[in-house]
Amino acid sequence: MTQKTVLNEVHRRLGAKMVDFGGWDMPLHYGSQIEEHHAVRSDCGMFDVSHMCAVDVAGKDAKAFLLRLIANNVDKLREPGKALYSAMLNETGGVVDDLIVYYVADGQYRIVINAGTAEKDLAWMAARLAEWQLEVACVPRRDLAIIAVQGPNAKARVWQVLPDARSATEPLKPFYSAIVGEYFIATTGYTGETGFEITLPASKTEEFWMKLLEAGVKPIGLGARDTLRLEAGMNLYGQDMDETVSPLDAGLAWTIDLVSPRDFVGKAALLAHPQQKQFLGLLLLDKGVLRAHQKVITSHGDGEITSGTFSPTLQQSIALARLPMAVAIGDQVKVEIRDKLLTAKVVKPCFARNGKALV
Amino acid sequence: MNIPSNLKYTKSHEWVRVEGDGTITVGITDHAQELLGDLVFVELPDVGKELAAEQEAAVVESVKAASDVYAPVAGTVTEVNAAVPDAPEAVNQDAYSAWLFKLKPANIADVDALLDANAYAAAAAE
Repeated sequence: MTQKTVLNEVHRRLGAKMVDFGGWDMPLHYGSQIEEHHAVRSDCGMFDVSHMCAVDVAGKDAKAFLLRLIANNVDKLREPGKALYSAMLNETGGVVDDLIVYYVADGQYRIVINAGTAEKDLAWMAARLAEWQLEVACVPRRDLAIIAVQGPNAKARVWQVLPDARSATEPLKPFYSAIVGEYFIATTGYTGETGFEITLPASKTEEFWMKLLEAGVKPIGLGARDTLRLEAGMNLYGQDMDETVSPLDAGLAWTIDLVSPRDFVGKAALLAHPQQKQFLGLLLLDKGVLRAHQKVITSHGDGEITSGTFSPTLQQSIALARLPMAVAIGDQVKVEIRDKLLTAKVVKPCFARNGKALV
Repeated sequence: MNIPSNLKYTKSHEWVRVEGDGTITVGITDHAQELLGDLVFVELPDVGKELAAEQEAAVVESVKAASDVYAPVAGTVTEVNAAVPDAPEAVNQDAYSAWLFKLKPANIADVDALLDANAYAAAAAE
């Protein structure tokens, strides 16, 4: 049975084309995916991301639990409100999920996990808790919805609708959060633009969404969400990494703390199996569209595209790919597309941010 | 659904118009462009290429996915719409004027066996 967010009827009313995503009935676009993409880069747009699951992790051992559970180090979270991106690994070093953890207060964290992996993640966390015998409660908050408002004008539009939120959220640097009444407002996102991700009671969500719409914020579907995140060089779980892929080969080395003496699930496996592949960007120089699983042929061996699309900002095709370690940025490689070998250039895996092309 | 009654159709969402000179013009239906979303890349066959019925003739790619366009009947490619690869969004704007290629059918009677508008509407609604 497909699950629905609290805004399902609203999306249909707005003319959304709906698709199944991770077991959820979600808007793919509301007319034109490309126009939605440009709206976020040039103005602002809003996404219903309530299919993602907020989980409150609380209790006297909450910090000790997260220190062992995830690969990034929650000891970096010193100020209340600070957020951290991390992978959650299994014993073989594969990625169970990627998530954001917010430090709310001592003994109190909120993590946000992916939709398709939520049940698996919760079972995994419950099993680790039982194994480690820690006093922590992990409570999935399906009573909450999540709306992301992203783009150069996103914050101003949110403040227009929620004037009381301005003083608490205006000083926030990226990757922080503040609680304003029933709204949990974070300066995180998945587009490469400034903005907020706002967690709020499901019962208040339709009213909030409609006010944002009246303020001129355009609804954006999952289609543009994918092209925006790909341009920003952000990984998608299940595509750029999964339980069979080391985070070191998926461009996530920057999120893995192998320096501190802290032990965490998957650390021993990562130390035993160092990085095998580089995670880099490709820019297609010929005409065509790069797609996941296409073979990349380089003078140092073969690689594979993990995510590919047409970039509306660059007006050419881009991809994220796992490539042999000897490949260098600036190299030209071949990509096998149907019966042709097309030429692509290796670039840093970040194509556009803050409205501007970076390659 | 926009399905003009003067055209013929295939289950794989091509439309076919029979021209006075014995050729047929082929494109993808409005329903197909709507399923695909914004098109960003179109690859057309070479003029002179001989195609079997239901053989891959062209490729249309949207932001999200690639999709083959098949020859509705056996024949030889006589002309392609070179404007479309330069502006794939034309297919989204008007799928019935942004044609893809023309074929000289090996047997023009094959076209009679294609779906009419009512039969395509029924097939597309499935």
